Amino acid sequence: MTAAAAIQKAKAALALTSNYAVAYAVKAADVDVVAVYPITPQTTIVEKIAEFVDDGELNADLIHVESEHSAMSAVVGAAAAGARVFTATSSQGLELMHEVLHIASGLRLPVVMAVPARAISAPISIHGDYSDVMNTRDTGWITYIASSAQEVYDTVIQAYKVAETTLLPVMVSYDGFLMSHTTEPVELNDEEAVKRFLPRRERPNVLRPEKPITMGAFAMPDWYYEIKYQVQEALASSLKTIEEVDAEYGKAFGRSYGIIQTYRMEDADYAVIAYGGAAFGNAREAVDVARERGIRAGAIRLRVWRPFPADRLLKQLAGVKAFAVIDRAIAFGSPGGGPAFIDVATALYMGGMDVPGLSVIHGIGQRSMYVEDFVKVFEMLKDGERNKVVYMGLRL
Amino acid sequence: MSLPKVHEIPIGGIITEPGSSRRNLTGGWRSLKPIIHDDRCIRCRICWMYCPEGTIKETKGEFVVKGRKYQYKYEIDYNYCKGCGICAHECPTKAIEMVPEA
Amino acid sequence: MKVVYKAIWDLPVEELFASGHRACAGCGPAIAMRWITKTAGPNTVVVNATGCMEVTTTQYPETAWMVPYLHVAFENAAAAASGVDSAIRVTSKKGLWRSGKTNVIVIAGDGGTYDIGLQSLSGMLERGHHVLYILYDNEAYMNTGIQRSGGTPRYAWTTTTPVGRAIRGKIQAKKDIMGIVMAHRVPYAATASISNIIDMSNKIKTALEYTEEGPTFLHIMAPCPPGWRFPEERTVEAARLAVETGYFPLYEYDHGKIRLNPPTSNMVADPKRRKPLREFLKFQGRFAHLTDAEIGELEKEVVANLEYLAKLASL
Repeated sequence: MTAAAAIQKAKAALALTSNYAVAYAVKAADVDVVAVYPITPQTTIVEKIAEFVDDGELNADLIHVESEHSAMSAVVGAAAAGARVFTATSSQGLELMHEVLHIASGLRLPVVMAVPARAISAPISIHGDYSDVMNTRDTGWITYIASSAQEVYDTVIQAYKVAETTLLPVMVSYDGFLMSHTTEPVELNDEEAVKRFLPRRERPNVLRPEKPITMGAFAMPDWYYEIKYQVQEALASSLKTIEEVDAEYGKAFGRSYGIIQTYRMEDADYAVIAYGGAAFGNAREAVDVARERGIRAGAIRLRVWRPFPADRLLKQLAGVKAFAVIDRAIAFGSPGGGPAFIDVATALYMGGMDVPGLSVIHGIGQRSMYVEDFVKVFEMLKDGERNKVVYMGLRL
Repeated sequence: MSLPKVHEIPIGGIITEPGSSRRNLTGGWRSLKPIIHDDRCIRCRICWMYCPEGTIKETKGEFVVKGRKYQYKYEIDYNYCKGCGICAHECPTKAIEMVPEA
Repeated sequence: MKVVYKAIWDLPVEELFASGHRACAGCGPAIAMRWITKTAGPNTVVVNATGCMEVTTTQYPETAWMVPYLHVAFENAAAAASGVDSAIRVTSKKGLWRSGKTNVIVIAGDGGTYDIGLQSLSGMLERGHHVLYILYDNEAYMNTGIQRSGGTPRYAWTTTTPVGRAIRGKIQAKKDIMGIVMAHRVPYAATASISNIIDMSNKIKTALEYTEEGPTFLHIMAPCPPGWRFPEERTVEAARLAVETGYFPLYEYDHGKIRLNPPTSNMVADPKRRKPLREFLKFQGRFAHLTDAEIGELEKEVVANLEYLAKLASL
């Protein structure tokens, strides 16, 4: 056992990958049941958690499942029995779980899952993009996309509070490899303080012999719609909980992030909207370069992808001349090109706003994204390029 | 009957009342009705054991049928009996008769 | 087998599977559900795979279940039950589970076990969960309207193995699911039939006791009148004939040792005590097209299977 793995009794700073940051957060959250199945780039999360459990530092039961479908099914079962649960996956694993993702939200179970985002087959690619996470868009999960190892750590802890308050499952995603396997300084919380932040509370939807409920019933057309609408409503109102939990976390631990993050948006004419660590990091640097070149540039990061923070985003876009969305996923066959662009465009339309935008696809299968590419996006916006899909970094 | 609205329904589609299927009276499915001829019943419990609906009610007590004393009485809950006829078919003394529903 | 119930009068009275469920009249699996819940008692969590017993018992807002019940999906009942087991064990240690010792029972049909659920079943068995997995076998996907499964017997008619001019019913034999389970070296696995309730209830009790050690498995023969095409009053008789003709042998796998149970053990000792297979087949519409030669082939398979089991029992 290394000194780094010792039980966290007080604040400490370690150099951690985002994957290890997840594992430390899971330990701090005193999770009961963890479903373990390997897939690149997720694997080091469950390896680290297994170390914690086997060293007796986390009192959790590991279920070494035989697939990701069973991973999600097992944590659904465990959450139904009242346990605090965790699992992690990427890419094909998330695809295999897909069926059960809907069930986790439909049963209103506070499952928390980490997803270092990765491209999807075929052709098989172990590298990062957000095709996997974006495919879960309509599953009823609250979905964060974090941009640093510190934020990953903090968000996983916040996720438990959000999940157990809203009774919705929560996914914490971030860049596969670019974050999952790169090391950053991470400040860890006093675990006793985390315990106080995450008190155990009773839920109505728990299997208990004293109060036998039926979960997973069969609903006819007279009932199905109302039960699914409850999920829609819970998801919409969860933004408030996400904000409150973030603020409470900030008070307790000194770090908070908000729903969207902005950079030099105060007087921006042109905005780049991005998600994840690499894309937003590039966007911020590009803002500085573009401003040196006389373009009033700004950047916005979507920290919360589901529920989509439309109101917060529209406030930022109200004063801009044009925007671009950098999507690290392709919405095949769609008019918008990328999934986040589609939502931004929809939010504008629903908000009665007419701001022209560019849909930029980049970083697919971890194709290198350069700061200069993002500067070019600002230049394109300034030059009046509008309303089209740009495949950046592609040999066309 | 108006059905409950969104906020009147427990979350997660859970059903909180165990055994609430009893509100669903399946007796209406029946086309043949089992009649227990108490005098031929030897109290073997076989009908009670095999009924897929659990509709054969066993009552413990003192029962006198044609001068013979019995400790048990068997009755069919017609609210739920679907009329499958397993009880009549399995009865070793043919004490249960299936008659057409009126 | 631990004999808890010696006679019919020893059987438990309390009902935990309520009337008003929507299973077909004469449903074999519904008989099994009654006795599973009665025998296991109220401190039981049932995890049900999608199938007949799920849709007919939980039509919202009504449930036939009087024990805590979870249905997740078709292929993952064993995985979900693994989670329930794991949760109970760890939260008991942490003082968060206050219901004491609680049985975790999977209930799944043949489709959910032989076919789509086989992987999660294998995983659960291999990991050694404290779960009793009960397969109620009605030998086809009855819920969707009688389609062939890995549990459908050879030559049986189903809607996806119709009796045509070129191919007459299912070509392949029924999968040896007990063999697959036993290959996981679980503490206990057994076959049972809804015709032999006392035997079945004792096996449920035995399995639940052994589940303290690890996973256990019960394979219950549960005929389906509409799916097998026979009159609904003959469900129990169909199950009985399945046993008495040797088509569905009753046996146990107890810590590596196979033991044949009566009446199967009797017919192995004395083949004259086995009824001809034709008695099981003749009143079922799904076998109505069979020729004498085909019946002869099936009979040979039955005899061969009994001999195979007798050999295993002698080891």
